[in-house]
Amino acid sequence: MNSAHDLGGHMGFGPVVPEENEPIFHADWEKKVLAINVAAGAMGAWTIDGIRHARESLPPAQYLSSSYYQIWLAALDKVLVGHGFLSEEELKSGIPGSARREPKRVLKGEEVPAVLRRGFPYERKATAPARFKLGDAVRTIVMHPQHHTRLPRYARGKQGVIERITGCHVFPDTGAHGAPETAQWLYTVVFTGPELWGRDADPASSVSIEAWESYLEPA
Amino acid sequence: MSGHDHHHHHDHDHDHDNHFTPIEARVKALESLLVEKGYVDPAALDAIVETYETRVGPRNGARVVAKAWSDPAYAERLKQDGTAAVAELGYGGRGGEHIVACFNTPEEHNLIVCTLCSCYPWPVLGLPPVWYKSPPYRAKAVIDPRGTLADFGVTLPAGQRIRVWDSTAETRFIVIPMRPEGTEGWSEDELAEIVTRDSMIGVGLPSAVSARK
Repeated sequence: MNSAHDLGGHMGFGPVVPEENEPIFHADWEKKVLAINVAAGAMGAWTIDGIRHARESLPPAQYLSSSYYQIWLAALDKVLVGHGFLSEEELKSGIPGSARREPKRVLKGEEVPAVLRRGFPYERKATAPARFKLGDAVRTIVMHPQHHTRLPRYARGKQGVIERITGCHVFPDTGAHGAPETAQWLYTVVFTGPELWGRDADPASSVSIEAWESYLEPA
Repeated sequence: MSGHDHHHHHDHDHDHDNHFTPIEARVKALESLLVEKGYVDPAALDAIVETYETRVGPRNGARVVAKAWSDPAYAERLKQDGTAAVAELGYGGRGGEHIVACFNTPEEHNLIVCTLCSCYPWPVLGLPPVWYKSPPYRAKAVIDPRGTLADFGVTLPAGQRIRVWDSTAETRFIVIPMRPEGTEGWSEDELAEIVTRDSMIGVGLPSAVSARK
């Protein structure tokens, strides 16, 4: 969806201001949000793209005026209610009520090191050969879907070159919305600065995205 | 500043245990709901925080870079398969299941960003800094990469191209900076000390001078 999260190329935010000696967390509640995000995700009810969609579909003004952990918290509320684990009333009151959904699994403390170390690999066995090969000229499609996508607006309808073939990876656009998992070939596609940004762009710059096969057409 | 400021530092009511800011209260309520309903194990929450506070951070990435600088065969393996090469040092997993190492060269400098969210190579760099997740960086890095570096006080040599990697999939990138002049004969431990987090994002450059005095 075209929303506030799709930030590449936007102007007016001012310079990047790094914080000197930045702590890992700025408050204890941020630690909890990180940990809840990981532990609740491990229940297996939504995919990484499902919760990304919950974040990016926050109202744009809220998205842009929230810290990143605030965005995570708001999205957690949404998915926990949306998947029936909690009710709005429970979130408001803090008092457990009757909302109930059986998690596929509950991550136990002693399992954490192994689960984090293993991660959740996204590569799948290919069922068809890759359509493109290294060096192929491709053009990204133009689309403005209401649903989740990982093709940023600034890179739609642009000509680039296949630079890497990453493998066959879980396709986010449908999986975010609860459809059965599918996978597509994933490529690194590199564009020149002027192709993306026009004649004033730095000709000695280039930008790549990771693009699933259905985002691409032969150029 | 008012002349009464010295009275105000006693006003600590908001610090008492039973007084939370609205967001602290919200997070506490959410946590206790999830625990009471048996959806999350409090020990898991503690273990997750402990992992990212003490075990997973940019020192991991610095070990990878220092080894790549010291061992050409390792550097080659890192180029071919970043995931396998960082796993040789014991790193990998959540938020970095598929790792690609982007080697800086005299011809090209690399910069990583996630314009759509906050994708970052957790196993080697830890959790991202706030600026990495914030609109100014996510907006500017792709359209004005040299201006972005200028915000960090970095100017690339004339003629060095700049390449930006937008992390739009589960592939995670780590920049392998060039080994600085003046580090000949240094051990891997010594080299790792000068590898900054920012240099592995591409917004900084390691320097032998910044090292041990």
